[in-house]
Amino acid sequence: MSMPYYVAPEQVMKDRAEYAQKGIARGRALVAASYDRGILIVAENPSKTLHKISEIYDRVAFAGVGRYNEFDQLRVAGVRHADTKGYSYSREDVNARSLANLYAQYLGQVFTHEMKPLEIEILVAELGPSDSRHQLYHIAYDGTVVDEVGVTALGGDAATVTARLSQAYRPGWPLPEALSSCVMALAGPERTLAADDLEAAVLEEGHERRAFRRLQNGELAELLRGGGVPAGEPSPLASEGESVPPALPEEEGE
Amino acid sequence: MTLPLFPIGEDPGPSFARLLVGLGPAPSPLPQGAHQLLPEASRGLRGVVHGTTIAAVRFSGGTVVAGDRRATEGHSIAHRGIEKVFPADRHSAVAIAGSAGPAIEMVRLFQTQLEHYEKVEGTPLSLEGKANQLAQMVRANLGLAMQGLAVVPLFAGYDLGQRTGRIFSFDLAGGRYEEIEFHATGSGGRDAKNTIKLGYDPEMSERRAVELVVRALYEAADEDSATGGPDPLRGIYPVVAVVDESGYRRLGDDFLAEAFAAVLEAGRRPPSIERGAAAARHDTGGSARP
Repeated sequence: MSMPYYVAPEQVMKDRAEYAQKGIARGRALVAASYDRGILIVAENPSKTLHKISEIYDRVAFAGVGRYNEFDQLRVAGVRHADTKGYSYSREDVNARSLANLYAQYLGQVFTHEMKPLEIEILVAELGPSDSRHQLYHIAYDGTVVDEVGVTALGGDAATVTARLSQAYRPGWPLPEALSSCVMALAGPERTLAADDLEAAVLEEGHERRAFRRLQNGELAELLRGGGVPAGEPSPLASEGESVPPALPEEEGE
Repeated sequence: MTLPLFPIGEDPGPSFARLLVGLGPAPSPLPQGAHQLLPEASRGLRGVVHGTTIAAVRFSGGTVVAGDRRATEGHSIAHRGIEKVFPADRHSAVAIAGSAGPAIEMVRLFQTQLEHYEKVEGTPLSLEGKANQLAQMVRANLGLAMQGLAVVPLFAGYDLGQRTGRIFSFDLAGGRYEEIEFHATGSGGRDAKNTIKLGYDPEMSERRAVELVVRALYEAADEDSATGGPDPLRGIYPVVAVVDESGYRRLGDDFLAEAFAAVLEAGRRPPSIERGAAAARHDTGGSARP
């Protein structure tokens, strides 16, 4: 019988974090930005059926990057949590903060107690009431929650993407401008992304109770064509993104 | 509260009712054996609020669903403004007759179930799937129904696959029947149904269908004491909703006020008949019924 080796707890945590980060970095990034009428979420995702962005409740949306099976399980749990809460109390008692806390608890629990951490990062977004700002909770693989303001990015190369998007961001911008800036931030200077490579959805203030809406059936392509930066306010990204020919499709990572 | 995660073998799937069972006994809407706790008195339908007449009519582009606004408790009027027609989801409506308490709870569960399925599965249930779900809920209520707390819903919607409006009626045992043209149920359902039958035309427009349903509710209220008619004094009008390709849409009270005024105008009789009838009663010494 062999004795188990002693491994310092710092080393265990470091190894797990590295493992999770590697898994997440293999996937494509996802960005979210507030605009004048709501929240826009855009992901690089060639699949039209396996979604990274989904509806949780009337004013709450979910987005995940990393391993699909892992974040999809959390998405379903979120829908279940929100629906039971709204059913036993009232629809207005469902909010993103309590759901974000539950996700954080679970991710933290798995990170410290299980063999393998979850290789995912998730975003819980809630459309705020008209007089206050929207909420964007960015939850990392170890359960760290960050309450983001205005814009955020998740997944591979998130820091670079966030930097690009923050540079272009201005509060209260309209949807087409927000969308084109998000897409440019995702693509970076070397590539361009077409509507077919993207999945996009909004939480939008409107007449309907359910604020979540996917941008699909040509609406996304239409917005990308008509969007862009308003005249007289050139974005530092516009010239970079458009002059480069489209890159060859790459292998989609895990 | 913790995140509702289940081991693989116990996952409730897209069913909200099974999820409630899986989460524990607290939020279950119709607990097993609850009907045994009801006092015997409720068997006579007393002390329990009842909703009454509901109707649905199919027209060329969809369906019209309507219900009056009265709830009764025995011989008293319990509420004048109760609503019995609800959107089930974007493309369907559910109307209820019977005991108001279990019926409204059933609608809440049904609405949540449809939305829950749509979110978990990423695609809405088919119209037939929705009707079957509702049938299962009615069947689950059978115990309460035998004690006098019956719920009889009417389900109508627009089938996006077949591109047509469809209507489903139910019985107490959870039987689900598709109605080709129209259906009405509740205490004034018979009068409403007869009125619709006389004016029905499968090719009629939405406007004609709405007028027909309004007329049917008026006739039901005229004959049935438990059905409320239009109430211009308080500004309460029956709920009339249209479900077509663009979804569920409730008609405004202004429009309904005009529609009911038109029905009243068309039904006005020459005053001589009323005077003649009163004179006849006077001659025979009989008293008019209250």
